[in-house]
Amino acid sequence: MKNSKSVAFVREGMIDQQPAPASQIGAVRWLKDNLFSSVLNSILTIISLLVIFWVLSGIVPWMFGGVWNASSLSECRDILNERYGNTHYACWAVLTERWQQLLFGFYPAEEIWRAVVAFVLMLVAIAPVLFESVPRKLLWVTIAFPFLMVWLVWGGPIWGPLLVALGFVLFYVSYVVLERKSSTLLALIGSLVIGLVWWMFCVGPLSEALGSALPIGDLERVESRVLGGFMICVIIGLSGIALSLPIGLILALGRQSNLWVVKAICVGFIEFIRGVPLITLLFTASLLLNYFLPPGTAFDLTLRVIIMVTLFSSAYMAEVIRGGLAALPKGQYEAADALGLDYWQSQRLIIMPQALKISIPGIVNTFIGLFKDTTLVMFIGIFDMLGLSNAIRANSAWNGINWELYIFIGLVFWICCFSMSQYSQWLERKLRTGHH
Amino acid sequence: MSAELQNHLADEVAIQITNMNKWYGDFHVLRDINLTVQRGERIVIAGPSGSGKSTMIRCINRLEEHQKGQIVVDGTELSSDLKNIDKIRREVGMCFQHFNLFPHLTILENCTLAPMWVRKTPKKEAEELAMHFLEKVKIPDQANKYPGMLSGGQQQRVAIARSLCMQPRIMLFDEPTSALDPEMIKEVLDTMVTLADEGMTMLCVTHEMGFARQVADRVIFMDQGQIVEQNEPEEFFNNPKSDRTKLFLSQILGH
Repeated sequence: MKNSKSVAFVREGMIDQQPAPASQIGAVRWLKDNLFSSVLNSILTIISLLVIFWVLSGIVPWMFGGVWNASSLSECRDILNERYGNTHYACWAVLTERWQQLLFGFYPAEEIWRAVVAFVLMLVAIAPVLFESVPRKLLWVTIAFPFLMVWLVWGGPIWGPLLVALGFVLFYVSYVVLERKSSTLLALIGSLVIGLVWWMFCVGPLSEALGSALPIGDLERVESRVLGGFMICVIIGLSGIALSLPIGLILALGRQSNLWVVKAICVGFIEFIRGVPLITLLFTASLLLNYFLPPGTAFDLTLRVIIMVTLFSSAYMAEVIRGGLAALPKGQYEAADALGLDYWQSQRLIIMPQALKISIPGIVNTFIGLFKDTTLVMFIGIFDMLGLSNAIRANSAWNGINWELYIFIGLVFWICCFSMSQYSQWLERKLRTGHH
Repeated sequence: MSAELQNHLADEVAIQITNMNKWYGDFHVLRDINLTVQRGERIVIAGPSGSGKSTMIRCINRLEEHQKGQIVVDGTELSSDLKNIDKIRREVGMCFQHFNLFPHLTILENCTLAPMWVRKTPKKEAEELAMHFLEKVKIPDQANKYPGMLSGGQQQRVAIARSLCMQPRIMLFDEPTSALDPEMIKEVLDTMVTLADEGMTMLCVTHEMGFARQVADRVIFMDQGQIVEQNEPEEFFNNPKSDRTKLFLSQILGH
């Protein structure tokens, strides 16, 4: 042997796990690694700190030295001149003066309590959907909420929303009855027809008759055109979110269907809607749709906008969910088939829970986009927050104010969107089932 | 032959494949497959990759569709009739190369899902059944973990337990040990041997020739979409008849 060392080796004992050396962990280590790892990085760190200081030294006094009580911009400036000798400070008084308008639009002041009640109910209604630890019984509030919300916000006797809700019960009962006698598809079509007939021809006359005979819970009617502000964004945004997820899901499944007609309809719908700007759809909703409807039908503008926004985002939703479906290994479908689960069972129990989990970032992305897109309704004459900010600035009292309104609007949207993003990240962590 | 005897014989046949053909587009993957499997018979299917062995057993529970010929499983003919397919899938369990456990469900939920939804077994009963089979594959203590936390061998044993929970009369194994580390192959094979000893009708596509020698009643060798040779394991390994089989055996047993 040329090499005197032997290759044979036998370990005497196994080495236990040991903690990492102290110098490799802790805050000092972090600072050294991330901020002062080299001369260049140290210089960059110092420059960055100076820039941050310079920016903040401009913004912080402007924000916190602002005036909160004044009735007009000129009065506000007078106060600032008196206090600082200049007007380089914020004029938050516009918010204290006009917050009601920014939040509720032109909703009648003595009825605003209804909007507030609807808002609180909304929080109660979405809690059980978002968090599993909330008592399941609250789901009844969730089911009742859409009808209660319509009644509270638009007013009128309670019969209208109640009869519409009854239509859903009718739809379900007729489906169950018909399914026993015929196939699933026939039952679905039959019950849909029954439901539509009920909603289109029975609800209107019946609610009028009941309303005059038994005027229970008759709230003062509020017209759609006075709705506005943050409230209209929440109404449109939430309806869009709640409806676009199931519709998108059905479209995504339809796009994968083996039935040629179903597939063609879904692909056609998705590609058409995605190819058209939302603002075009909104103009269609506000102007053109009336030409296509029978004369005399008064189709509420808010409802039309909700439908358009929902259709728009459900096309995007379908594609997001399709991505999730495509990411699932084929073995999952095969295992479900091999166990004897039928199509709907395997979709509901195996495929969708996983595909939706994969799609959470994309779904929330679409939700956030949808919620911010609600500001586009400004262009069809609905006074959302942005529309109102224009109206406020057109008023001689507040003519010339810019930053304060936009910062407020931005902040409100940021809080909503950031909450959605945080929720989705929490949900993703909760649903993680791999190695820990 | 009396009608009674005929019925009795038919009852003894678990799977009857007659002149089955399958194409992928223009490619003729399965050519004139004829195979009769008796109840309680254990069959190992071997062959080079691309020989159609997986495709053949996947036709038996209609994961793949055959285009010509006839497959009768447990007296039910496979056709495009969904009712028949569902009926057959309830009676035929399957284990896959990549386990295909449902990663979003716990081990226990993986096992109770099909009995609860397909057989409408009450939850409590389904859980007892699942625990029974998890004990049988020797991992009852992992019941509340998720598949992602288990080793490959454990996952495959769960997959076997999951199939058994449907109490199938026939089990199909599609290369159940091919994706496993060498150290884990044995634990899965042991489970399969136990199952074979209990009289389960089994069709295994596998490269584990030791397993084939130990438990198989019959070894089938496939190449180019056809059954080239079949025989009892002793004869098959010691005295292969066709040249193709000899070549195959010399290649896999040669080192």
